[in-house]
Amino acid sequence: MSSESTQIHNIGYRKYDGPRLGRAYARRSLFSQSLRGAYGLGRSAKSKVLPMILFAVMCLPAAIMVAVAVATKAKDLPVDYTRYAIVLQAVISLFLAAQAPRTVSRDLRFKTVPLYFSRPIERGDYVLSKFAAMTSALFILTAAPLLVLYVGALLAKLDFTDQTTGFAQGLVSVALLSLLFSGIALVISAITPRRGFGIAAVIAVLTITYGAVSTVQAIAYEQGSTGAIAWLGLFSPITLIDGVQTAFLGATSAFPGGEGPSSGVGVVYVLVVLGLIAGCYGAMMRRYRKVGL
Amino acid sequence: MGRATTVDDVTVIATESLSKRFPRVTALDRLSMDIEPGVTGLVGSNGAGKSTLIKILLGLSPATEGSAAVLGLDVATSGGQIRERVGYMPEHDCLPPDVSATEFVVHMARMSGLPPTAARERTADTLRHVGLYEERYRPIGGYSTGMKQRVKLAQALVHDPQLVFLDEPTNGLDPVGRDEMLGLIRRVHTDFGISVLVTSHLLGELERTCDHVVVIDGGKLLRSSSTTDFTQTTATVAVEVTDTDEHPDGTGALREALSGRGIDTRTGGELPGAGHTILLTADGEETYDLVRDLVADLGLGLVRMEQRRHHIAEVFKDQHEARPEPGSERAAASAATAQQTGGGRDEQ
Repeated sequence: MSSESTQIHNIGYRKYDGPRLGRAYARRSLFSQSLRGAYGLGRSAKSKVLPMILFAVMCLPAAIMVAVAVATKAKDLPVDYTRYAIVLQAVISLFLAAQAPRTVSRDLRFKTVPLYFSRPIERGDYVLSKFAAMTSALFILTAAPLLVLYVGALLAKLDFTDQTTGFAQGLVSVALLSLLFSGIALVISAITPRRGFGIAAVIAVLTITYGAVSTVQAIAYEQGSTGAIAWLGLFSPITLIDGVQTAFLGATSAFPGGEGPSSGVGVVYVLVVLGLIAGCYGAMMRRYRKVGL
Repeated sequence: MGRATTVDDVTVIATESLSKRFPRVTALDRLSMDIEPGVTGLVGSNGAGKSTLIKILLGLSPATEGSAAVLGLDVATSGGQIRERVGYMPEHDCLPPDVSATEFVVHMARMSGLPPTAARERTADTLRHVGLYEERYRPIGGYSTGMKQRVKLAQALVHDPQLVFLDEPTNGLDPVGRDEMLGLIRRVHTDFGISVLVTSHLLGELERTCDHVVVIDGGKLLRSSSTTDFTQTTATVAVEVTDTDEHPDGTGALREALSGRGIDTRTGGELPGAGHTILLTADGEETYDLVRDLVADLGLGLVRMEQRRHHIAEVFKDQHEARPEPGSERAAASAATAQQTGGGRDEQ
């Protein structure tokens, strides 16, 4: 018994002469680890539950719509590709609120960040990997139901050109949405090392801004000042995406009265979206300058 | 590549009038030193500049003045290369509680650039070397402080660095855990061939573990020399004997006998029990023989006879004696007050 355990102790130290793959490899590893982590993969069964349920909830309506369209031999899908994410924005917010804090605040709370920065990986690599991982996770969540719709539409023998154009526009829209929402959620989560605060703050920012903007838009619509509606949409993330896709991606606006921005105002929308994404990235970089070693 | 292969012959860390100034404080003040391969202790009180020095050496914080090289690489320009070959164990907690040691160390190995398979193999090896076995599959949250320290050490060693920086590795450990950690640090150099820079504010620990000790205070180099210099075996011998019926004061009897042979003796100091210790200066083997014979002649029991070493702590004492500061007067004054109050208590 004891001789067995002493034998295990006595294995000598072995040097490592193999390859060291450096920064780019470390960045990719951190990206894939964070992306998998957003869906609870490679983690405990408990942490898979919520993201997987949300993923199913996101895809289920698409599957039902497809089934209905195929069964009733409909001429068109009941929902546009570009509209789908807007309709299911609550699910997207929940996913972000749950997974963005997990992606960044763990390392902050447990002070693991200095261990990264004492390695070849640098601040920019870390922020880039986390940002890309969260964006990809959100893109998978929002693009998967579109894929279900598209495949279903082709099975239902709907017009190929129409469906492909719509699907492509939808993908561009959710890609932009993923970048913008991830950026906002990550910055909020990175400010507080406490996960609970992060969750609450992300939900608050996404839903309160939307609630406020759509309420004021409704008032403006009632009072007949339709010109203001498009400008008001600049103040919440989801209406920003709505505005961009109304102006450039052939979507029908979800704004009151369908008063989406024209191409001219649409340019402002695109600039604001891109500015916000860049701003979030910059804010993350600033945040991690403080928490180094 | 070629530069790194000759590292055994050169200095591991070299700094040249390295200074780091913050708006309010000077963390490092013209620090110049050369550290050779081996285990080097970096001693200093809290705020002496130890952590700042490590940060600069990892290439994460630019020096205000002067230069530094780690493994022959300039910290100002080759930070990335340095960090690939160096390991770092921070002083504070840095482990997520909800993952296992294996998962965590594998991830950190990959962050150091190790391919997936190598990362897993090296993790298994390293965790075993630091003394973590079956528990490495359990979440870190359930580990004892000693086990957590081992995981922290493992993540610093997993990529087989040429040099590791260990920041206060014995912090929070009980005496047994402390000894085990110090033994492990010693092995990092002797068995693994990795040079070590270990910081501590406890001199006694480093005395036993290190080949070389660097003392910094207020960002200045106080002293840098090998531990054998620090704790040079002096010719001072401590002797302790028992009392017998014939000689009720055995210590006194032996001292008399020794002075009869022309050997000066003194008592061991003011510590409790030290009054029974006789200190004398040995001129060589003959002195030991003489003490032995005298003790035998007097019929006393010899409790112990040992060589006294200087403790590193005396370095600090020497320094303070060498440059009296305004603070020391205050210290003396407060000591006097303490004595007075102490005396007052006795009277009551």
